[in-house]
Amino acid sequence: MPAPVNLEADRLSLGYGERTVVRDLSMALPTGKVTIIVGPNACGKSTFLSGLARLLPAASGAVLLDGKSIHATPSRDVALKLGILPQGPIAPDGITVTDLVSRGRHVHQGWFRRWSSGDDDAVTQALTATGTLSLAARPVDELSGGQRQRVWIAMALAQRTGILLLDEPTTYLDISHQVEVLDLLTDLNEAEGTTVVIVLHELNLAFRYADHLVVMKDGAVVTAGVPGEVLSESIIEDVFGMRCRLVNDPISDTPMIVPIGRHRIGEADRPE
Amino acid sequence: MNVIADIRRRELARGRRVTVVLAVAVVAVFALALSYGDFQISLPDVVRSLLGLSTPPGVEYVMHELRLPRASVSALAGLAFGLAGAIFQQLLRNPLASPDVIGVSQGATAAAVTTVLVFGVSGGGVAAAALGGAVVTALAIYLLSWRKGVGGYRLILVGIGVGTALTSITSFILTRSDVKIAAEALIWLTGSVNGRTWAQIVPLAVAEVILVPLALVLGRVLSGMQLGDDLAKAFGVRVEWSRFALLLTGVCLAGMATSAAGPIAFVAFMSGPIAVRLVGGGRPVLVQAALVGAVLVLASDFIGTHLLGARQFPVGVVTGVIGAPYLLWLLATANRSGRGG
Repeated sequence: MPAPVNLEADRLSLGYGERTVVRDLSMALPTGKVTIIVGPNACGKSTFLSGLARLLPAASGAVLLDGKSIHATPSRDVALKLGILPQGPIAPDGITVTDLVSRGRHVHQGWFRRWSSGDDDAVTQALTATGTLSLAARPVDELSGGQRQRVWIAMALAQRTGILLLDEPTTYLDISHQVEVLDLLTDLNEAEGTTVVIVLHELNLAFRYADHLVVMKDGAVVTAGVPGEVLSESIIEDVFGMRCRLVNDPISDTPMIVPIGRHRIGEADRPE
Repeated sequence: MNVIADIRRRELARGRRVTVVLAVAVVAVFALALSYGDFQISLPDVVRSLLGLSTPPGVEYVMHELRLPRASVSALAGLAFGLAGAIFQQLLRNPLASPDVIGVSQGATAAAVTTVLVFGVSGGGVAAAALGGAVVTALAIYLLSWRKGVGGYRLILVGIGVGTALTSITSFILTRSDVKIAAEALIWLTGSVNGRTWAQIVPLAVAEVILVPLALVLGRVLSGMQLGDDLAKAFGVRVEWSRFALLLTGVCLAGMATSAAGPIAFVAFMSGPIAVRLVGGGRPVLVQAALVGAVLVLASDFIGTHLLGARQFPVGVVTGVIGAPYLLWLLATANRSGRGG
């Protein structure tokens, strides 16, 4: 079981060139919990995740990994503690599931450490956890979207890090596969105590699966905490620019958003 | 029995089998090139001559003055081109990104032609100029396409542009030069392994003794880099540093090979994809691509010399005839499938 890792943003600003996307953001990601970051398009949530993963340099401020600046920590040391699955990764043509997932063991290889049976075991466990062991010999190009996404997650799992960051891991998946992926990440969190941080588009799934919800707008955190405690209709309206009703999700007892547009609405919700 | 261990072993075994078969092919074509010709040398005599034992009259001269230099430069240049091409293509994740397509070879050529025709230098100076030309061109392309990191496609487009500019410089210099000297330069420009001397071959051999192991060691990061910069970084690879070091190694290999044998068309461009096809799967194929390069040049030179009738063609003509259709096919299919090249 990977050791728990603390990850924290300290007055972090991120941007591309002149444009600042995330401004002065401070936040500790709760260790051993599932954190889900939501917000409208271009609110900086993916940028924030890239910053946390040291894929983007900090314009100012710092990301602290176990109390040390992540950019001052050797990349290899970071890779032993923190895994990332970027959005829409592309696999080389013809690569097999086994080979792709094995690449997740890269950081555990080295000048004097060749592939061992321990690496085989880590790959086997990652495939088992994601239900893809039966696909092990298949080329990745031949898999369905849902299978492929599980294989990519398996690759990230094979790295065996205490914290795992995922950027929209359910994009392009149909609803059943979205639920499957989030269940899988919850399994991982419960079984291994892995800290999971996910950027997610699907609000209702985010509200259901998040231990800790982060709502972002214009590069800043609007609110963060347990979804049932921090969400309100006015916050959603402010952040997403859309009226809505928050009801109780009958399955999970978490908030569930019911959007209110201009059509197909009852008398009570018609704007005056 | 662990399923994963089993699958991995099978995949790696295939890569090793391909390596062995290619190595045998290199040795076989090499031996054929030494033995076959107007003056036939039997294989036992080839071996005896290589070992420095006594041989029938004439063998010594034909072997050591004519065929051995030619076969050696073919094998060494092919190896270097194949390896350099595979490094570029796999690092930039695009089969179009080989040094002979994106201007590096053109840089070596322009520099070499300038030193020979304008400054009248020959020998070691030309080799140094070609290497320098390759490195400077590569740096220029790298800097011109730099925008917070190097994107694959921008680098290729900039490279093709720079390559075209350099080719016109080469043509300009050629047209302004003495016809006789220009004609010699023209043969070198097509890529030729004929009449090479040890003075040209030894520097290439020495460079490869250093650069090939270096490329293979640095190339270990390719399995991560193949998945893109973000994942490579996630795996703990120092992305910018690794890319720079690998590209520089590839540039030096291509530059040295160009200085010894001229820009043999399309060898760097074809070797990687052929090796990928042979090995299958998505693994990096540096060793195999290097061997494919050696086989390509040795075999193409053999074809150009012996199999195309009375006239002899420089090796670059033969590789060009094979490579050009492949380039067209690649351009046509890449756009249709919408993939990155």
